[in-house]
Amino acid sequence: MTDAWPLVAALRDPASTQALDAHGWNALIAMARAERLVGTLAHRLADIQVPDAVRPILADARLDTDREAAQALWEADRAAQALGPLGIPVILLKGTAYAAAGLRAGEGRFIGDLDILVPRDRLDAVEAALFAAGWEWVKPDPYDDAYYRQWMHELPPMIHATRDRMIDVHHTILPLTARQTPDAAAMIADAVPIGNGLSILSPEDRLCHAAAHLFADGDLAGGLRNLWDIHCLLVDGMEHDPDFGLSVMERAAHHQLAKAVWRALRLAYRLYATPVKACRAPALFDYRPQRGDWLFAARMLARDGWGRETRKALRFAFFVRSHWLRMPPAMLARHLWTKWRKGHRPA
Amino acid sequence: MRHSLTLRIGPATFRVGSAWRAPVDDLARLYADYPQERDAIADFTVRLDPTSALRRFFRPSIHITGDHGLADAAPMSLAHGLLAAEMGMNLQMALGWRRHLLLHASSVEKDGRALVMTGESGSGKSTLAAQLGERGWRLMGDEFALLDCVTGALHPFPRLVSLKNKAIDVIASEVSESRMGPLLAATAKGDIRHLVPRADAVARMAQPAMPALLLFPRFGGEAAVRPVGQGEVFMRLTQASTNYVALGEPAFAALSRFVATVPAAAIDFPSGDAGIALVDQLWADLP
Repeated sequence: MTDAWPLVAALRDPASTQALDAHGWNALIAMARAERLVGTLAHRLADIQVPDAVRPILADARLDTDREAAQALWEADRAAQALGPLGIPVILLKGTAYAAAGLRAGEGRFIGDLDILVPRDRLDAVEAALFAAGWEWVKPDPYDDAYYRQWMHELPPMIHATRDRMIDVHHTILPLTARQTPDAAAMIADAVPIGNGLSILSPEDRLCHAAAHLFADGDLAGGLRNLWDIHCLLVDGMEHDPDFGLSVMERAAHHQLAKAVWRALRLAYRLYATPVKACRAPALFDYRPQRGDWLFAARMLARDGWGRETRKALRFAFFVRSHWLRMPPAMLARHLWTKWRKGHRPA
Repeated sequence: MRHSLTLRIGPATFRVGSAWRAPVDDLARLYADYPQERDAIADFTVRLDPTSALRRFFRPSIHITGDHGLADAAPMSLAHGLLAAEMGMNLQMALGWRRHLLLHASSVEKDGRALVMTGESGSGKSTLAAQLGERGWRLMGDEFALLDCVTGALHPFPRLVSLKNKAIDVIASEVSESRMGPLLAATAKGDIRHLVPRADAVARMAQPAMPALLLFPRFGGEAAVRPVGQGEVFMRLTQASTNYVALGEPAFAALSRFVATVPAAAIDFPSGDAGIALVDQLWADLP
């Protein structure tokens, strides 16, 4: 079975693309588009000699991601404007944060919705302020609404009526029903202001959040992209502090995320050759594969040269796992039953 | 994928993969005179997937997708496989093309100058372009016109012309059977047959032309010509473009220049012959 190794190889070592023939390039581009990594690939290959037919494809990808970044920053600006009077920190998460702070992970990154983190005790005020500024609910279903409000780490998604862009307002980084409880108050307290009323998480918390998002929540859709974020965040962090990996693990332990973060670092090392540093003291960390890692890697690489999803059974298993992680069994059974009756079927 | 074909139309190269042989065979035959290099690097991948494992064999049903896809794409019968492949290529262009401003318009060329026709589906722009293409004009495309944002030139995208319902007989009566695709009966848009553009349209598909006249055709009603103001032309062309927003300022500049320099009119015509007569008259009146 073919899988997405050529994409991983091209990202970790752009020069490896010199060996590709037309078939190889077609596969690489289809995989990169399907994994929403084509903009990142275009940035990685910026200084590499590529065939004439590939150059405009990469230029188009750069154009698209540059426009997306501009659009994402404008959305962040609009949110800052709407929430300014509340006097609370508006913390950008994920793609928008990387773009706003000029981080390596933001280079060529596809940015979807605007994700922000705000203090939980100010959620009502945030909601009201966003409404007043033109955002409205996406999901009119009362069950979905209750699902988000009771159990999730974010408000139901909202969309701006005229700009047609979504915003996810988080008050913590994992569902309330998940088994781990990260310390959202500490994340907010340690956030780094970047001007214009906006902040981003501290370098350690950025990595904890990316790892939690990838391995403690969700079904690993877009896994290669999210793992690339983790690779970049670690490389950025180590430029300032050679022991950055260690401070990340320390912070992860505080957030009950040590398992997810360690797995993230092991898999980033294995797939993207992230320059992690093993250590023996104060705690033993190495980056040899551990039980189950190969399953995560296989799931993330489940994409063929036509951009098709492969390993259907493994994908489904991770879909089931994502729900298992999110809530206790009885609650999960009730949730799935309700969604099934409403006609929802897993893809 | 099991069956595949790489195909170049105008400036774009497509890699079409299909779970079934028939759609690829149809494409290979109807696009026989177009470049089909097995070892080309494609701009886009198009896939005709079964909607489920069962639907590969039992009452086969096609899910059209590729680099760009629509979550709610309607499944299509394998009997309409050729149409599915065409729609798959159109979808990639509409959602992914960034090298020109893409206008949902037909276009034909004469003496190095292009006539552009835009309008809703069913306005007759496709049929009119096909008819002009048989009468001394070079067909540049029946679906997408590609405007170069730097030079202002129009680039051809001469894919197969998609003829619908009554237009099928009109065109089939004046071209050889070998240039007509199979009858695709009762599709979502009615009956459809594809027309292979004339050899000169294919041979010259890399040659752009400067736009000289823009028409908003409407089939039906008394023959009439109405002026259209520049503001309205601009708005209608932004609506006729799928990538105007994505291209940003260069698209605005190119479209502004197009609107300021290319005369425009709306025409009504009761028959193909009347439409052609109107076009000839307006073309002759150009400075």
